[in-house]
Amino acid sequence: MWINGSREGKNSTEAVLTFASNTFKHGVHPPENKDETNKLPIRQFPFAPVIILPMTQHIGKPAVPVVREGQEVARGQLVAKADGYMSVPMHAPVSGTVRKITNVPLIGGLVSTGIFIEPFPFSGQEVLEGEPISLHASPEKILQGIQDAGIVGLGGAAFPTHVKLKIPEGKNCEYLIINGIECEPYLTTDHRVMLEQSDDIFIGIRYLLKATSAKKVLIGIEANKQDAADLLSSKTPIDLPIQVKVVPVKYPQGAEKMLITALTGFEVPSGGLPIDVGAVVVNVATTAEIGRLLPHGRGIQERVVTITGPGIKKKGNNLIPIGTPLRYVLEQVGAVENISEVYMGGPMMGVSASNLDISITKGTSGIVVFGDDNLKKIDKIYPCIKCGACVDACPISLNPSRLGILAKNEAYDLMAEQYHLLDCFECGSCSYVCPSNIPLVQYFRLAKGIVRKRKAAKPTVHA
Amino acid sequence: MLSKTLHISSSPHINKGISTDTIMRNVVYALLPMVVFAVYAFGTNALFVILASLVACVGTEHLLCVWSGKPSTISDGSAVITGLLLGLTLPPIFPIWMTIIGGILSIALGKFVFGGLGSNPFNPALVGRAFLQAAFPVAITTWYPAFSEGRFTNFSGSVFAFPFSTPIVDGITGATPLSAFKFDKVTADSMDLALGLVSGSIGETSALLIALGGIYLITRKMMNWRIPVSILGTVFVLSGILFLIDPKLYPSPFFMLFSGGLMLGAMFMATDMVGSPITPLGVVIYGVFIGLLVVVIRIWGGLPEGVMYAILLGNALSPQIDNLIRPRIYGTKKTKP
Repeated sequence: MWINGSREGKNSTEAVLTFASNTFKHGVHPPENKDETNKLPIRQFPFAPVIILPMTQHIGKPAVPVVREGQEVARGQLVAKADGYMSVPMHAPVSGTVRKITNVPLIGGLVSTGIFIEPFPFSGQEVLEGEPISLHASPEKILQGIQDAGIVGLGGAAFPTHVKLKIPEGKNCEYLIINGIECEPYLTTDHRVMLEQSDDIFIGIRYLLKATSAKKVLIGIEANKQDAADLLSSKTPIDLPIQVKVVPVKYPQGAEKMLITALTGFEVPSGGLPIDVGAVVVNVATTAEIGRLLPHGRGIQERVVTITGPGIKKKGNNLIPIGTPLRYVLEQVGAVENISEVYMGGPMMGVSASNLDISITKGTSGIVVFGDDNLKKIDKIYPCIKCGACVDACPISLNPSRLGILAKNEAYDLMAEQYHLLDCFECGSCSYVCPSNIPLVQYFRLAKGIVRKRKAAKPTVHA
Repeated sequence: MLSKTLHISSSPHINKGISTDTIMRNVVYALLPMVVFAVYAFGTNALFVILASLVACVGTEHLLCVWSGKPSTISDGSAVITGLLLGLTLPPIFPIWMTIIGGILSIALGKFVFGGLGSNPFNPALVGRAFLQAAFPVAITTWYPAFSEGRFTNFSGSVFAFPFSTPIVDGITGATPLSAFKFDKVTADSMDLALGLVSGSIGETSALLIALGGIYLITRKMMNWRIPVSILGTVFVLSGILFLIDPKLYPSPFFMLFSGGLMLGAMFMATDMVGSPITPLGVVIYGVFIGLLVVVIRIWGGLPEGVMYAILLGNALSPQIDNLIRPRIYGTKKTKP
């Protein structure tokens, strides 16, 4: 059936008509590899001998430390404040002593200020309580509470949640979409959260409904998590306008735009935001965190992380204190001797860890480890044979084959002007299917960076 | 423990695992039954033609790579396919020296001058064959009856003719079904055509084996099914309409489907990924265009067979098809052409 997508036609970017089905166009289906961890309950992880809390764990400005070296902090205590609106604060994940505040490595090789906390020998799980945020508080109060709790998107992007929830002047939020898709292979974090923290999720939804004034809640879950969908459907409180929707397993369905299309049939306009079609998307683990923290006025101190991959001996879903060093985590779960690659996040969009001295951050949804034996050999790169596999995979219908050839010839401006380069959201489906092993999405990342830089350098003519 | 240098890479970190050489290898597998049947049907001479074509193509590719100071690309398997395809489109007693020229030109002119695999606008095997058709019109229409007595023991004087000598015409007279129809209005039995019990080019006679090879590749998702379906569908429908108008003047659609090089062309030549459009709709337009040309050339043109030219013209058109047919990008209303 055709859905009329033109609403509030005065927006500069208008909703696009689309054929409604319960998924998006194209996409890929990599081996899921979730069976080894999706039945394992979430386990509490021990405290590391030292917790290293980087101030850059989110998109936006780094947090600013408010403790000094030598100071004793309690678990849940504010240790760094948000630097403005586009930033979130940090809380102590453990009771202990601040040993030093100095530069620490981040995943991509950059550095940021970090707070080193040495836990007290018998540090417990009890958490400092703050001022509770009532469900009857105003939307502004709730958004402030979400920022004060240090909450960011736990799906991996780590975008400050309060910023995303702020509905711009003149726009209406029709759909609150809870993202339980988890389309990345290997990861089972959201799956376990849905199974074990459903009460928190529903409380979180109540806060989110209040904050956004959404009329409808859609919970999107892929068919490989039918048990979670059944559980959430059966436990849905009758007073909430919630619909649990099960969609076919396909990557990158967890991407905001793809999920909106799968659940509502609307397409987010090119260059636009979900709110342009009246939708706000929040990850399901983020929702649970809101539901758990706000009633107690607490800050976020830990998160669920799937640790898996052929290089891990004790695979599982762990509740890990934020700031736990990666090296300590791998020692605890037993990584193989010849460890060769560590991805923070899933294998499709996760980032390779350049060293083991980085910390688990708010955005770490999974750790996937490969040993030498299972490291994919870098095969020969063949010329593009125009087989069209990438064209059939691209969820936004780009022509990655042509874009790849143009990128090789450094025709970046042409890529942006004629071939919609900037619509690419770097899901990597094209590189995944390419039989010639052409690093397509990798080219596009570079090209996008260069195009943006050039655009910033010269003012547009028709501005 | 855990002190090793980590391998880092830009995501995605996994790959579907079907590589270009795997695809090429599977195309070769799909062609092998045809080679075996051809040798069985036409005897030792056919084997020599195929081998000559294969050696010429692979050898040319290797030597050209060496000459231009690049690593040899024969391991990607595309030259093997070109060699097999060229061999399969030649008559069973085609002189070896001409076959070798065809093989050299297929690779050199059909592929190498454009920049090698992926850059060739035309199907290389067809480029070589087009040259042979123009240069040696008599030899390339000298046929040899299928399943003749002593086909495994008699070496044709024509096959081993000395270069540039006049080939001794010893095969022939048995016209192919298409030329018989074109010039004498005699149609062959469709069943014989489907099974390959007729005279014709080495590998073009058994429609059944060609279809099986194609289905093998299609089920492995290494061939775009839309191309053969749209070509064969167009030929069938169009010639069906003509047949209904006047069954005496026009051949039956089954005869059209199973005769000549149409099956081999539609399944293995037109489906060359490099020379065909990239979008599903573009591919269908390309297939319909080729099907249309095949019918027009066969029925109204001066030649009995038009598959080769139809595909070459389709190849020429496909970059333009890709320029014009662009899918709507997510979140946009229309794409500008």
